[in-house]
Amino acid sequence: MGSVGAKEVPVLLSPEGLRIDGRKLDELRPLSIRAGALHQADGSAAVEWGANKVLAAVYGPREVHPRHLQQNHKAVIQCRYNMAAFSVDERKRPGLDRRSQEISKVIGEAFESVVFVEEYPRTSIDIYIEVLQANAGTRCAGVVAASVALADAGIPMADLLPAVAVGKVGGAIALDLKKEEDNFGEADLPMALVPQSGRLVLLQMEGHLTEPELAQALDLGVKGCREIYEQMKRALRERYAVGPTAGASS
Amino acid sequence: MSRGHRPSHRRRGREDSSARPSSERILVLPGEEIPAHGLKPGPGTYRTGGKVYASVLGLLSPRPPLVQVIPLSGRYIPKPHDTVIGTVTDAQSTFWLLDIGAPRWAPLHMTGTPWKIEVGETDRYLHVGDAVTVQVENLDPTGRIGVTMIGENLGKLEGGTIVHVSAARIPRVVGRGGSMIGLITRLTGAEVVVGQNGRIWVNGTPDAIQRVASVLRLIEENGHRAGLTERVESYLLSTLPTDAAGPELPRSGPGPGPAADRDDPSTPAPAGLGSDFEDEEGEGTDGPSEP
Repeated sequence: MGSVGAKEVPVLLSPEGLRIDGRKLDELRPLSIRAGALHQADGSAAVEWGANKVLAAVYGPREVHPRHLQQNHKAVIQCRYNMAAFSVDERKRPGLDRRSQEISKVIGEAFESVVFVEEYPRTSIDIYIEVLQANAGTRCAGVVAASVALADAGIPMADLLPAVAVGKVGGAIALDLKKEEDNFGEADLPMALVPQSGRLVLLQMEGHLTEPELAQALDLGVKGCREIYEQMKRALRERYAVGPTAGASS
Repeated sequence: MSRGHRPSHRRRGREDSSARPSSERILVLPGEEIPAHGLKPGPGTYRTGGKVYASVLGLLSPRPPLVQVIPLSGRYIPKPHDTVIGTVTDAQSTFWLLDIGAPRWAPLHMTGTPWKIEVGETDRYLHVGDAVTVQVENLDPTGRIGVTMIGENLGKLEGGTIVHVSAARIPRVVGRGGSMIGLITRLTGAEVVVGQNGRIWVNGTPDAIQRVASVLRLIEENGHRAGLTERVESYLLSTLPTDAAGPELPRSGPGPGPAADRDDPSTPAPAGLGSDFEDEEGEGTDGPSEP
């Protein structure tokens, strides 16, 4: 997919106000979440969001490795975000780079503010996010997957953490950018929301927005997050549904 | 240990029931507001801005004066007197460290074993990777878990395989009064030792081990649904080896003698957990949090 080699900026917004893939400005890409996608991890989730495919695994609370990172009064959260070499059409050099280090850090810090780390002193909660296929917004997909995986792992926290990116394309504020919009748009603003308190615990920005645009973008992002929140809850309910299987309704 | 009629409710399969009265099983997710009705926030919940929210995924359980959430997933949280199965991860000069699936490794001191050990000789008795049955003795507030190997049916496990299931599923694996585990050993002829931490030691013929492992997975995946015993029974009957027909103890196997002994540690389990699952106060291991 994609138009990495494209020389000309594609038309990102049609005269009718529709986007490159036919979505409206406030419309999300199709999202599907599966909780408990892996067997070995304490908790896991698989997220398909537009053309993104992301897998998250959570281990812990468990012994801290390396030992010196251990904290006597709380659990440490160690997050690793990684993109597979085959996740983009131009092969990505495998391993940690500056971008994935930064994303690992901001995601880890976002979760530190919702997970009740004081309940498990001297332990580590390890979050692994693997991007298998990338099409813009992978850090948000990673946060969504990791958050569902944390709940699946039975880790106590204030709330699930829905996340979405808002951007500016063709002069308009749009929800949930896809790759072309991210590459050729004017701004990108990923965020993660704690729905229970309304706080944003992850907010980054690339590009330029005016103050009114920023306010509009935040509003739109929060709305998008709430929509995603519902889907995250649905995925967890599906996994833990106490419904009958073999026609045993008692 | 007020048992009441609650467990029978638990055994009933229900659709997701957020709209049902509180005596039913209600699944709550982290961040969901809980109708507290004047109850205090207990384990698995937190209070902020005068409202009570769930902090873990689990079943809502009002237990005056507390409202609490019983987790449906997560690591094993040790309780004193639990019999657990661990693997040795490290041998120091006076103690070993055991992985029992809890948040921390549990130190087993050499004085907590039936052996007479000189300092520095621990690794002559247990090696890294060995499996043992131990009992949780005490927990300290920093999360250190004290375990002992002195007691009935505790000790090193020779041979066999360890199967992991979620610790929350152990009551279903054991069954009421040990019915489920009895069914499994009877229909497979395997020796089985169940640890309250979700580690299950299985020994027997390769076929028996394999069948126990698949039936444990079946229980893990359907443990929250109704009709489990029937499913397990029909699965085990359908996979009975054709040559050794008849549900009676097939062949000599690994020797029914020790098998009968080995079953013992698993049978106290139902008394411990089968009923405690909902009743235990949580022992403060994951107490309420006040941000």
